[in-house]
Order: sequence, then structure tokens, then C-alpha cells
Amino acid sequence: MSTTKMTGANALLEALEKQGVKHVFGILGGAILPVYDALCHHPKIRHILARHEQGAAHAADGYARASGRPGVCFATSGPGATNLVTGIANAYMDSSPVIAITGQVPSAGVNSSYMIGKDAFQEADIIGITTPITKYNHQVRSAAEIPQTVNAAFYIATTGRPGPVLIDVPKNVQSETAEIHFNGPIDIRGYRPPGNPHPLQIRKAAELLLDAERPVILAGGGVITANATDELLTIAELLLAPVATTFMGKGAMPEIHPLSIGNIGMHGNPLANKLLLEADVLLAVGTRFADRATGNLDTFCPEAKKIHVDIDAAEIGKNIEVDVPIVADAKQALIAIYERLIQQAKKKNDTPWLQRVKTAKTQLNPPEKAETTELKPKQLLQVLRKLLPEDAIVTTEVGQNQMWSALYFKALKPRTFISSGGLGTMGFGFPAAIGAKTACPNRHVVDIAGDGSFIMTEQELACSVLEDIPVTVIVLNNGVLGMVAQWQRMFYKKRYMAVKLGKSPDFVKLAEAYGAQGFHVQSTTEFEKAVKAALKNTVTTVIDVPINSEEDVVPMVPPGCGLNQQVGDY
Amino acid sequence: MENQKTIVIAALVENKPGVLHSVANLFRRRNFNIESITVGHTEQKGITRMTITVSGDEKTLEQVTKQMNKLIDVIKVTSLEPENIVTRELALIKVSAPDAKTRSDIINCVEVFRGHIIDVSPETLMTEITGTPDKIEAFLNLMKPYGIMELARTGLTALSRGIKSIKIDE
Ligand SMILES: Cc1ncc(C[n+]2csc(CCOP(=O)(O)OP(=O)(O)O)c2C)c(N)n1
Repeated sequence: MSTTKMTGANALLEALEKQGVKHVFGILGGAILPVYDALCHHPKIRHILARHEQGAAHAADGYARASGRPGVCFATSGPGATNLVTGIANAYMDSSPVIAITGQVPSAGVNSSYMIGKDAFQEADIIGITTPITKYNHQVRSAAEIPQTVNAAFYIATTGRPGPVLIDVPKNVQSETAEIHFNGPIDIRGYRPPGNPHPLQIRKAAELLLDAERPVILAGGGVITANATDELLTIAELLLAPVATTFMGKGAMPEIHPLSIGNIGMHGNPLANKLLLEADVLLAVGTRFADRATGNLDTFCPEAKKIHVDIDAAEIGKNIEVDVPIVADAKQALIAIYERLIQQAKKKNDTPWLQRVKTAKTQLNPPEKAETTELKPKQLLQVLRKLLPEDAIVTTEVGQNQMWSALYFKALKPRTFISSGGLGTMGFGFPAAIGAKTACPNRHVVDIAGDGSFIMTEQELACSVLEDIPVTVIVLNNGVLGMVAQWQRMFYKKRYMAVKLGKSPDFVKLAEAYGAQGFHVQSTTEFEKAVKAALKNTVTTVIDVPINSEEDVVPMVPPGCGLNQQVGDY
Repeated sequence: MENQKTIVIAALVENKPGVLHSVANLFRRRNFNIESITVGHTEQKGITRMTITVSGDEKTLEQVTKQMNKLIDVIKVTSLEPENIVTRELALIKVSAPDAKTRSDIINCVEVFRGHIIDVSPETLMTEITGTPDKIEAFLNLMKPYGIMELARTGLTALSRGIKSIKIDE
């Protein structure tokens, strides 16, 4: 096999390039200088300078979720690496393929002047710190092992249940020269992603579905990850089964489709929460039955036979008992189920269950009408949907803004609704929008934000303006940390504590200070105008929308209750 | 707690830095209860065997193997069937033995348990004993009245009987 003499830093960039990496988000520092020096010779990789490593990690995550290709971020040792931690944990919880590369203090040097383990300047045990929040991590010990490590990292991050991988590269390894070869085979004997679904389980699943009178499909994030939305729709239409989504599954089913019934969960659509509990057979695909999705498990689909498809065997039986377990990639499993079904199922035009779905829909999801000229989140999000093209990407922050978006902004395509589901990280949406825009430069990207969350990573305005990655931020500005204020209002007898944000900053001036554009709006008409302007803009736009500080997100399943105990109207 | 069981898990893992950390971390993070863990080389180069005794209910124990399987550096995990394995533990026990009568009493016990006296000093005897954890418990109960001055146990290790093995094909 041919080898080339080069430095570890060049080997790293070469290996990334061979993996198809075109963008890297990061911030440099002493322990990663050799890699940044080598970037001068790698014009094909565009480095995007974030203003905080958390922003870099979220941007890489947003890039991955929007494109389905891994997102890459760089940071220096010590504080650079620890600043990535929230972003890595976020990617881990939502199974997003992020590759983080960190510089590390030298592991060897002249006169044995190695520093690892000696509490050197800017040394942090990032391997130890990220062990529980990465799918895999590894500190390389020599330049020669870099290409193999990078290839393994991409393979692990993107196959099976995806997840973040961190590679820690000591500075001396970056600078040392070695004989490097790139095309070694990847063989990780402890890692075998699941193959084809088990035929027996597929047969059982098909039998249950064929006999079902009230089948419901529950689609999780795994359906989107596996690019299996077409297969999902085909089965739903064949069986005339309504499709509910988990929060992470939003976008797996076009939400204007007659069989779409919306998200389940604490702030799910009452239609989904209700019909799910009526199911006699539940086909759950690519979901981990998270607590926020299922509510109290005692009342979760008590009558349904449950089929659970997941690529992660550990998810099966972890939170709920199932009748038919299928460990497989969602796409493979859905194709296999469909092939069994189609041998016996005739395409139906109508069923009593479909009638039930239709009636429930008119009752629980009445058609939209512009009720008021006041700035109400529901209406704003419905207006926004009309203004944005189908393929526009929406990210959200965390809190009420996020739950309103999940409830009222209809996602029409997979990978167009990007939000921090598992970790619930305030400050995710804006850098994730920058990442998504980087991956999809020809599409519009909008971050639906709360004032509290936006402030957490607002410094990335500098990144988006100077790197020319224009996105739109809509701040639903209630002057409070809204979601926690809502909990204090509902569960702590309105004893408000530490939730007031006031009117600072002025988001328009803030945007302008960074060279972005800002609009204050006072009415729905002004909102429409501002959004239209933002979509035409070639610079990042912040739209500040004042809303009532006491607006609740309802409907809601109170904590500890079952999905059948949802209160409030849609 | 009801429905609590104890099982023995054998895992073959890469002999690499950090593997023990990942495994220990997993147990801590997921609230799995380790009773003992032993680690050592195997007949296969580069592969380490961990024998872990865990307790918990059925569901937790199922999660233990599934979650361990997800660790990249863990190559193979098996929950050993209790009726089909041989388990052993080794204990070193230092007992106070100041006079000849005590000494001969202790030596008698050691012989019955097929242990060895491995160190003698004017005031103490050190015993090595190997066996199932039950046997070691029984021996310790016998020694208690004499005064156990120091005790070191290795924790349990185990192999399946007969031809069965968890060896990795190379
Ligand atoms: C980093 C982080 N810190 C704290 C929280 C807890 N938290 C959840 S929602 C919320 C309020 C969010 O406020 P804002 O961004 O203004 O959104 P709103 O709920 O008002 O729409 C807080 C503090 C969190 N989710 N993430």
C-alpha cells in the first residue's frame, strides 16, 4: 500500500477531505495551532470561525441534521474542549453525527517533556469528560494512526444509531512527520451495526397490522435519520393508518397529509394524544419512548399490541414492553414490512377507523382562521408557514417558543424542523441555523427563538454576518424565561422567581451592532412584511416580536399524568 | 427489594486505555449495581476479560448487557447461566493468632477448607483460600471469633463448563 510522508495535522485534514468534509466550525488555540497552520494548504475545507465553541458544536449538529452528513467542529485543548461539551451532549441525546476534534497538550516531546497528566497549561481530560456523552472517543498517540481513527470515527458516527465521536489530538502528534497511508480497512470488532430485520418478527408485525382495526403509526427521529419517510407514508396509505410523530420525528410525515395527526407528548397535538390511545395495534418506528412523549406509562396505549422498530437493541424493552421487537434500520424494516403486507392487503378507500380519524380531526384540529390582530404565537407560526417555501428549514430554541413551533408550525418535509429534543438546550437554535444554512445555502433557514435562549448564543451573529451565512431569527419576545414562568404559574402558585428578563437588550440595536438587520414589529401585518424582507435579505435578520408575557403553552399534559389527561385546547 | 437477582456477566474487551473507565462509567451513569468486578488478560492477544457480578431486577439486568454491547471497545458480552458455570474467588485473610492453641485451631479450619497458610508471624497467620463466594463467607464466619485483622478478596471470576466458551473468532 502506498504511503506518503506528512505531518499529523496534514494527515488529519487529508483524511477529513477524503471523507467529503467541506466545512468545519471551530475556534483555535495553542494546542491545535499545527492543524490550523495546515488548513492554509487545504483550501477545499472551509473553516467557519464561531465565536464560542458551543456555537461551533451546535452549528456542526445543525449541519448534520439538515444534510444527513456528519458535521465537524474543532476546538483547542482545555477550555476550548470543555466549551464543546454542551454541544456534544446535545448531539448525543438526539443521535446526531457530530465529529469533534480537539487539540491536546503534548503527549511526548524532547527530553521527555510530555505534559499529559501533569496538569499542564490548558490541559483538560476531555476523553474522561466526554465518555458518557459520545458514541465513541479516542486520543491518538501517533500521526500514523490518524487516518484510521478518522475513518473509524465517521463510520461509527454515521452508522447504526448515529452519535457524536470525539478525537483528541496531542499537539506533538499534529506536528510529527510519519509515513501515512489512507486506505486501510475499517475493522472494529466490537462494533457491528444491526443488519437486516428478522423475517419472523417482520411476519408477526405484518400479521398484527393486517388484523388491526385501529392501527396507528408512531414515527420517531429514527425515521428521519434513516431517510425512511417515503416508506413510512406508503405503509400508512396502504393501511389507512394515521401517523403520529414524536417531537424528534416531526417532519417524518407531511403535516398537512390527511393521515397526519401531529406530535404526541406533553405539548403534543390533542388529536395525536387521543387517537394513539385508541389504537389496537401500534407500529412505533425509530423512537425511544421518551418520557416527554409517552406521559405516564400506565395509561400509554393500554389496549394496543405494540410493534417496536429500532436500530438500537437497548431501546427495545427499555421504557415499555413490546409484543414484536424489530432491531433494524427503519428503512430496511419498513420495506420488509411493506413487502409482507402487500402480499395480502388490498388497498382500501375507506374504513370506520379512517372515518373516526376524520371526525376527530375536525373536532380537535379545527381549520385555521385569523382570530385576532394581536400578536399570538399560534397565528404567527401559521402565518410564517404560509410565507416560507416547503423546503425552508426551521430551527427552534428551547421553551415555549419551541413547543409553540412544534404545535403550530407544520413541517412538510423531513430535516426541515431542527430542535434540541433530548437535552433541551437553550441557545441551540441559532448556531444550528447557521450550520443548516451552511449545509443548504440555497434554502431559507429561520430560527424561532425566545428572548432568553437567543441571548445564550447571540454572539454567533458575528459569525453569521462576517462569514456571510444569512439566516433569520424570529424572537418571540415575552420578556421572561417563559416556559419556567409558566411552570411557576401553574405549579408554584405564581411565585415568580428569577424569570423576568425585561426589555434588555433591544434586539434590533443588537442585530445592528453586529452588522445584521433588525425589525421591531407591532402587528401581524408588520410581521408579514418583516419576514418577507428577511427572506429577500442577503444579511442575517433579527425580527423582534413582542408577545404577552403570560401566554401559556396549551394544550398540556401535566407532569406525571397520562396522555389522556391533557388540558387546554389546540 | 423483590425480584432482585444476581448475575455474572463475562465481557471480552479491547486491551486499551480507557476501557475500564467506559465500563465503570456506564454502570454508574445508568445506576447499575456492581457487586464485584475482576479484570485480566485472556488466552487471546489484545483481549481482556472482565467478569462482573451485578444485581438488579430482570429488566435492569437485560439493560446491563444491552448497554455494555453498545460500547465500541466491548467486543462481546454474555450473561453466564448460573447452573452452567464454575465460579471462584480468592481471599487473603490475616487473623490474630497469639498462642499455640489458637494457631492449631486455625490451621485445622484451613485444612478443612483446603486453604493454605502463606505467612506466619508471632502474632498472626495469613491464609489463602479459594472457592465460591459462599465457601469464603463460611470460612470468614469461622475466623471472626479469632479476630480478622485484614481481608483482601479478589471478587468473583467465572468460566462456563465444558466446550462452551465466549472466545472470539480471529
Ligand atoms: C441551557 C439551559 N438552561 C436552562 C434551561 C431551563 N429552561 C427551560 S425553558 C427556559 C426558558 C426559556 O426562555 P426563552 O428562551 O425566553 O423562551 P420562552 O419559553 O419564553 O419561549 C429555561 C430557563 C434550559 N432548558 N437550558
